[in-house]
Amino acid sequence: MAMPLAEDLRARERIKLQEIWETAPGIYGWFATVDHKRIGVRYLCTAFFFLLLGGCEALMMRLQLAQPNLRLLSPDAYNQLFSMHGITMIFLYALPMLSGFSNFLWPLLLGSRDMAFPRLNALSYWIYLCAGIFLYVSFPLGQAPNGGWFNYVPMTAKPYDPGLNIDVFTLGIIFLGISTVVGSANFIVTVLRCRAPGMSINRLPILVWGTLTASTANLFAVPAVSLACFMLWLDRNFGTNFFAVSGGGQPLLWQHLFWVFGHPWVYALVLPAMGIVSDALPVFCRRPLVGYTLVAISTVSTMLVGFGVWVHHMFATGLPALSLSFFSAASFVIAIPSAIGVFCWIATIWTGRPRFDSPFLFFAGFVLLFVIGGVSGFMTASVALDWQLTDTYFIVAHIHYVLLGMNVFPVVGGIHFWFPKFTGRMLDERLGKWTFWVMFVGFNLAFFPMHILGLIGMPRRVYTYPGGLGFGGYNLVISIGAFIFATGVLLLLVNVARSLRSGAAAGPNPWDAPTLEWSVPSPPPPYNFVSIPIIASRHPLWEDRLNETDERSILGSDVLLDEGKETLAVTALDAEPDAIMTMPGDSLLPVILALGMSVVFGGMLVVNWWAVSVGAVGVAITLLAWFTPRVSGGAERQAING
Amino acid sequence: MADVAATATNLPLEGKGLRSASWWGMLCLIATEAFLFVYLIFSYAYLGAQSPGRWPPTGPPSMLLAGPDTIVLLASSFVLLWGVRAFDRRRAGGVLRIALAITFFMGVVFVAVQGLEWRNKPFGFDASSYSAIYFTMTGIHMVHVAVGLVILAALFVWSLLGRLGSRHQHLMLGALYWHFVDAVWIVVFTTIYLVPRLS
Repeated sequence: MAMPLAEDLRARERIKLQEIWETAPGIYGWFATVDHKRIGVRYLCTAFFFLLLGGCEALMMRLQLAQPNLRLLSPDAYNQLFSMHGITMIFLYALPMLSGFSNFLWPLLLGSRDMAFPRLNALSYWIYLCAGIFLYVSFPLGQAPNGGWFNYVPMTAKPYDPGLNIDVFTLGIIFLGISTVVGSANFIVTVLRCRAPGMSINRLPILVWGTLTASTANLFAVPAVSLACFMLWLDRNFGTNFFAVSGGGQPLLWQHLFWVFGHPWVYALVLPAMGIVSDALPVFCRRPLVGYTLVAISTVSTMLVGFGVWVHHMFATGLPALSLSFFSAASFVIAIPSAIGVFCWIATIWTGRPRFDSPFLFFAGFVLLFVIGGVSGFMTASVALDWQLTDTYFIVAHIHYVLLGMNVFPVVGGIHFWFPKFTGRMLDERLGKWTFWVMFVGFNLAFFPMHILGLIGMPRRVYTYPGGLGFGGYNLVISIGAFIFATGVLLLLVNVARSLRSGAAAGPNPWDAPTLEWSVPSPPPPYNFVSIPIIASRHPLWEDRLNETDERSILGSDVLLDEGKETLAVTALDAEPDAIMTMPGDSLLPVILALGMSVVFGGMLVVNWWAVSVGAVGVAITLLAWFTPRVSGGAERQAING
Repeated sequence: MADVAATATNLPLEGKGLRSASWWGMLCLIATEAFLFVYLIFSYAYLGAQSPGRWPPTGPPSMLLAGPDTIVLLASSFVLLWGVRAFDRRRAGGVLRIALAITFFMGVVFVAVQGLEWRNKPFGFDASSYSAIYFTMTGIHMVHVAVGLVILAALFVWSLLGRLGSRHQHLMLGALYWHFVDAVWIVVFTTIYLVPRLS
């Protein structure tokens, strides 16, 4: 039976565990670390950098569109800008940002010392970074992807787009897909294995449900876009006929494969963000989330239905009416699980005692924007209306309400909420409130008028428009709103920069929150938990207050696992301990592997088989080194006191 | 208090099968790879269904080479199974290495015959949408076989060096991957060789 551990023993254990788990210092450690917290912070910073980059691209477009007939940008530059804006925000910001949160938080939320595959975790980051650079490498040459983020053929076929632009897109997306799949597999196995005893599936935080659902979907969806991109690369470089009508190919095959991936992907971008809200909003309502089980089920069912709605992106392509009806109906149905989430959040606020701190504002703002984005999505699920609205600014408004409202607002709220855990310091509360209001006002000013612009007929993806159509006024308001929104992002940056240096010390649990990550110091030590906690409820830190049962979690148990870099593995459903996992130490293999892959993809870009072969051999050697079995000791041991 | 009686008993290090993280990791890899083939077959079916002329344009492909080749690949799975069982039950390293070598050889035969099949095709890669999806689907499968061959070779060397201890999952995982590559071939073979004969 596990028992609490005496305090003097704990102090000794801290020193011992620190030595075992600490990353090596210096440049070596910087490249070799496998600590999920450091990788998580890297993900967050890199994704935020891409957010700023994509934001700057958006601002340049808004300058160009502010008035009719402006000539600040050439049509070609505009094409590259809107393509890179979409690619950056959707592929390089939105999911990696959420992966950053999950990477940092998962083991802390689950009561584990690391992810299931720490080296794989580092690998997925390094590939993400290399793929991001790869996608941007041709930007200075004026050869950036220019076919939009969904890159429709035949426009992107070789005869109509002969430069490197589209090859960078296809190979970059395949490259990035490897990072996504690798990361997803790691999340899935982590939730199956790396939890504290007692952290059964009905006690998982909703963020875990969200990321788990998104990861499972990625595993099944990403191969579709990778295959489509591979086919297009073959079409463009080897004259194959997947998409070329002249050779019996089908341009619509691209759209099917892209959206079979694309729609589940959209949910992968919002479900973990909704998880952030479901976990953090209740903290500011001083009560548990209303309808935990319903929210968890609706998270999973959103994704299940989400695999059957892809054709609603293709209503205007001339598919048979039966097919349109089916996908239209499925798209309507998906409103049900979404509405369940909304009502649960509203009920949580309604029945709680809300504290209007800055994170709360972002989460409550999210609920409102989610409703607006949901309603415009519901409207376009109707085939008849979609035929009028498709390819207009209405769709641009919808996607931004969905992706900014449901991703950026929860993310910025999450940054305000977990910044103390990441850094040990509080963000400035007053500046935080200002950030919210400036972003919220700017956002609605920038994107709400787009609905109207779409309804009065302004098409998307045009670099300018003539005067006299009544578009000018709305566009000016939109551009002003965009700059106000950008000011809000700037305020956040100022707040982060100032608080890093002089923010108030946070302590382990500044928000008086209920979940495990708040039971450890801020920032957490490399080993996370001195001893593996033993969990008895969904809210380990609120048990005395809620008093739901007589059971209590043991946060300072005597399950130490201090004989090496180890953590506990548990059964999938009930979380009973069934093995001890030994964790790998620092390793350069992940970064070497990512570089080897970069050589392969670079070789494919310029169709140089020598480079591809050299890269592939490097990758194979690295993988063999990675998987070579280590000489092992005994086969079993007790978990308590090593 | 939470039920933690299990922490007091001895726990295996790493664990085996369902109790090991690496087993689940391999399952994730297989799931995503399986979906890659699902999308390849979807593309094949879509291109075929939308094709104005005959599909395949040159009629159903001959099974003269592919039929026996399929039997070789599927049989290799059973040889591997035999070797792994002998190693699991009796730690028979010699039997395992013989099985690995035979499996490797059968895999090489499969790839060689597939190469011959490719050379005998009357059309090139860029001839039509059929040729594109045919070479791509079989090519991607062959890459998977090639990866499997590297894994078999690595297992052979590790076995020689005595690195496949009781705590290691490498053999089980490598075998799992090989079985997957074989099982996928059944689906690819059915799609390319059998379905055109039915329609």
